[in-house]
Amino acid sequence: MLPPVVTGWLPLILFGVRGPIGSLLLEWFDIRLVFTSAGASLACAVMTFPVMVRAVRLSLEATDPGLDQAARTLGAGRLDRLFHVTLPLASPGILVGAIVAYATCLGEFGAVITFAANIPGQTQTLPLAIYAALQVPGGEARAAELSLVALTLALIGLLLSEWIGKRLNAALGR
Amino acid sequence: MSLSIRLRHAFPAARLDVAFEVPSPGVTVLFGPSGAGKSTIILAAAGLLRPDACRIEVNGQVMADTDANIWLPPERRRAGLVFQDPKLFPHMSVATNLRFGMRRALARGFLGTVRFDDIVELLGVGALLGRRPHTLSGGERQRVAIGRALVAQPDLLLMDEPLASLDAARNGEILPYLTRLKTALRLPVLYVTHDLDEAARLADSMVLIEAGRVVAFGSLAEVVARADLPLAQRDDAGALLHCRIVAHDAGRELTRLEGGGATFWVPLLDGAVASQYRIRIPAREVILAGRAPDAISLHNIIPGTVRRIAADTGRRTVMVEIALPEGALLARVTPDAVARLGLAPGGPVLALIKSTSIEVLGG
Repeated sequence: MLPPVVTGWLPLILFGVRGPIGSLLLEWFDIRLVFTSAGASLACAVMTFPVMVRAVRLSLEATDPGLDQAARTLGAGRLDRLFHVTLPLASPGILVGAIVAYATCLGEFGAVITFAANIPGQTQTLPLAIYAALQVPGGEARAAELSLVALTLALIGLLLSEWIGKRLNAALGR
Repeated sequence: MSLSIRLRHAFPAARLDVAFEVPSPGVTVLFGPSGAGKSTIILAAAGLLRPDACRIEVNGQVMADTDANIWLPPERRRAGLVFQDPKLFPHMSVATNLRFGMRRALARGFLGTVRFDDIVELLGVGALLGRRPHTLSGGERQRVAIGRALVAQPDLLLMDEPLASLDAARNGEILPYLTRLKTALRLPVLYVTHDLDEAARLADSMVLIEAGRVVAFGSLAEVVARADLPLAQRDDAGALLHCRIVAHDAGRELTRLEGGGATFWVPLLDGAVASQYRIRIPAREVILAGRAPDAISLHNIIPGTVRRIAADTGRRTVMVEIALPEGALLARVTPDAVARLGLAPGGPVLALIKSTSIEVLGG
């Protein structure tokens, strides 16, 4: 596991205004990623990418290859099978993966602060806000409030992913 | 309409080299021990496994010819395949499962002769249409899988031990549906099994495969009644004859059947006169005689000619093949019996068969 700060720093090199990709984006499309909310999203996406890939791969591996063969003998081509057999069957894993990735983004700290800084209302994630609150004398009350929000969100995310996973798997008869 | 297969494939430990033609319409059973290469033939015909060399032709259309570099993928072959496991799509209802192949066939402009409603009715799945596959019993699932393959308007139907994953009771539940289908379908069916009873009920012709080679190929009655084939070595070896009801004798509670050029009496049957039946006569139940005994409970004394006397490997018995005017009978007897009766190929013999020993298998 790469430290999140490193994960944030690498995009900073690539997508920074003087970076190889960042300078082109700025020049051609007038898009600036560093220290913007889009940049925060990018940092989060890079961070959660492995989680997503793992969830999708696991659910794809869990599907029965015999179903794909059955679909072939019934006249379904490659794309047809992908959209009507493979993806629906992998959907529980993909959805649960997405929820877990979303929850992880909410709690992202290192990569965001490195790549997109800590700008309230733009790139400040929950843990960044808590950290900022703790830096101010007498900010404990605010930090506690935010921590409660974080706790609630984490709990909702967990229950939601469990519930969706169960519902979808039940629909698939697993 | 027919299916011709020529196939060669080398596995790490075995070789497969077969060639045969499947007549149509009709059920051709691929019969042989596990590992003989039966499933490989089915998978190659479906296009799911590419053998080293093969040529597969259905109704004059070449599906695969490795010499000419032709290899149609499964989705373009119109070969219905029923696996041992039903492989129903778990995220679809029974109705959507059934229509999966049919919708794609129609989208490609294939207008077949198989009607959805007919198949639903024949397989008795009408009440299941709105249900999900995981709520069905094993037998129901397999019936849906068979229906799904059929309504896709296939040019041929491939079945790889469709009853093997079901217990004997479920087996008995599906077999009647299969026999009903058999008479309604007008396409070649290639059916893999290693269950002789299943083969005896369903097959029209049989390809006997052993160690990757075709040992015998012909009509079912012809192949099962040959004393020199591995089938005759089985404990349940026996002849099979296609018969029809000639008359009922309600007073004596007997039915007279005619088949293979001989007449058989069996305990009273329900079928109407002239309806077709298959009967199986186990070889171990047949007694041989030089002349007809009198004062005996037995009903069937069938005259025939000894055609072959073959040794039973691993047993102290021999298998006698008796030619009837059409077809043959098998009798498993001791070498002593052969010696005492002076049996030799070409000589006359009487086969004595209890009416209760004849297994009536239905249409």
